[in-house]
Amino acid sequence: MSIWEYANPVKFMKTSSFLLPWVTGLAVVCLAVGLYWGFFLTPEAENFKQSVKVIYVHVPSAMMAINIWAMMLVTSLIWLIRRHHVSALAAKAAAPIGLVMTFIALVTGAIWGQPMWGTWWEWDPRLTSFLILFLFYLGYIALWEAIDNPDTAADLTGVLCLVGSVFAILSRYAVNFWNQGLHQGATLSLDKEENISDIYWFPLLLCIAGFILFFVALVLLRTRTEIRARRLKALEQRERMA
Amino acid sequence: MIALLLRDLRLAVRAGGGFGLGLAFFLIVVTLVPFGVGPEGDVLSRIATGVLWLGALLACLLSLDRIFALDFEDGSLDLLATAPVPLEGVVSIKALAHWITTGLPLVLAAPVFGVLLHLPGPAYFWLVVSLILGTPALSVLGAFGAALTVGLKRGGLLLSLLVLPLYVPTLIFGAELVKRGASGMDTQMPLLMLAGITAATIAVVPFASAAAIRVNLR
Repeated sequence: MSIWEYANPVKFMKTSSFLLPWVTGLAVVCLAVGLYWGFFLTPEAENFKQSVKVIYVHVPSAMMAINIWAMMLVTSLIWLIRRHHVSALAAKAAAPIGLVMTFIALVTGAIWGQPMWGTWWEWDPRLTSFLILFLFYLGYIALWEAIDNPDTAADLTGVLCLVGSVFAILSRYAVNFWNQGLHQGATLSLDKEENISDIYWFPLLLCIAGFILFFVALVLLRTRTEIRARRLKALEQRERMA
Repeated sequence: MIALLLRDLRLAVRAGGGFGLGLAFFLIVVTLVPFGVGPEGDVLSRIATGVLWLGALLACLLSLDRIFALDFEDGSLDLLATAPVPLEGVVSIKALAHWITTGLPLVLAAPVFGVLLHLPGPAYFWLVVSLILGTPALSVLGAFGAALTVGLKRGGLLLSLLVLPLYVPTLIFGAELVKRGASGMDTQMPLLMLAGITAATIAVVPFASAAAIRVNLR
């Protein structure tokens, strides 16, 4: 029993069809409870008023935006090294979700920034690097869409993902150096004394868990769709050959 | 490899007019900017470095799709791939040829165009230094983008979407170097970063480009 067994599409389909309703259900529960708790049951923070509640969408989506790219990097590597098709399809399935997460993070950030910093947009390092990340997602998805042959597309996007990762990280630090930021320091790290207080921390954790589960559910669903589409293509091809 | 370099240079100069095109585009960008922001000298001199860097970047982008496309169409890329020279070397040489035909003229022309934009005096030296250090990275990264899109019918627009985000670090440090140099601040840090990024790009990215070409020739 190893993780590579799931490289077999049949095995993957079987496992994911079992997992999908559970993950989806858990995601819905986590999100519903977390968001309700966060939006209506937490007190207003000093200096922040109601606007603090954006945190329950902003922070999880921003975390996902980065981690989805990391997941795409890993799956691309697995595809390039071991050539498991499910892995490449999972990367393809994850990209649009990452794009939307980046977009949500940017928009909620703007909504939060307006009352807090008095501006919708500022060329703050984190904002800027998210915008760049957004562009990387766009390029990645566009390359997938542009190439007909699925294996070629998987290879080329895989290479792009590797090179893009290096340059995304490089841009992140270059941008840091280029302009000073408005963002506060880390408030969620596990090893620090100074975190945000527990009343906000627990619903936020729940929301983060909900976003992660939601993402997993979406990736499973989209990967299944991709596998089915691929099967359909193969069947059509066989039909034409016969 | 030298033969390949000479061949590419000869092709660029004689056929297609790609040689002067980038330069002309650069001139047009520089000419249009004052129409957009107004002719006041102090405004222009403040944004001059940024405009010159951006113009160089876009002019570089313009000729990228030609790096591999023609060779891909007439089949000479297949021959190059099966030649005894490693494909990584071919890619590097082609990027070098692109730099000599686009990057180098831009570097040489930038100070002249700087006059048009009232570039402040001490910035000229740093502008040339930053462009010399930065443009090779632009060509190598561009060759990577061209390698990714070589099999596509209309890869031009996609190419710019893929390549431009990769240019961000080079642009940041290049423009920062000129800014610091012009105002007499310490230039060592952006200078080293810019040179480091270019060196690392030249060393590593051709392998990715060669991999992409192999996939496209499959």
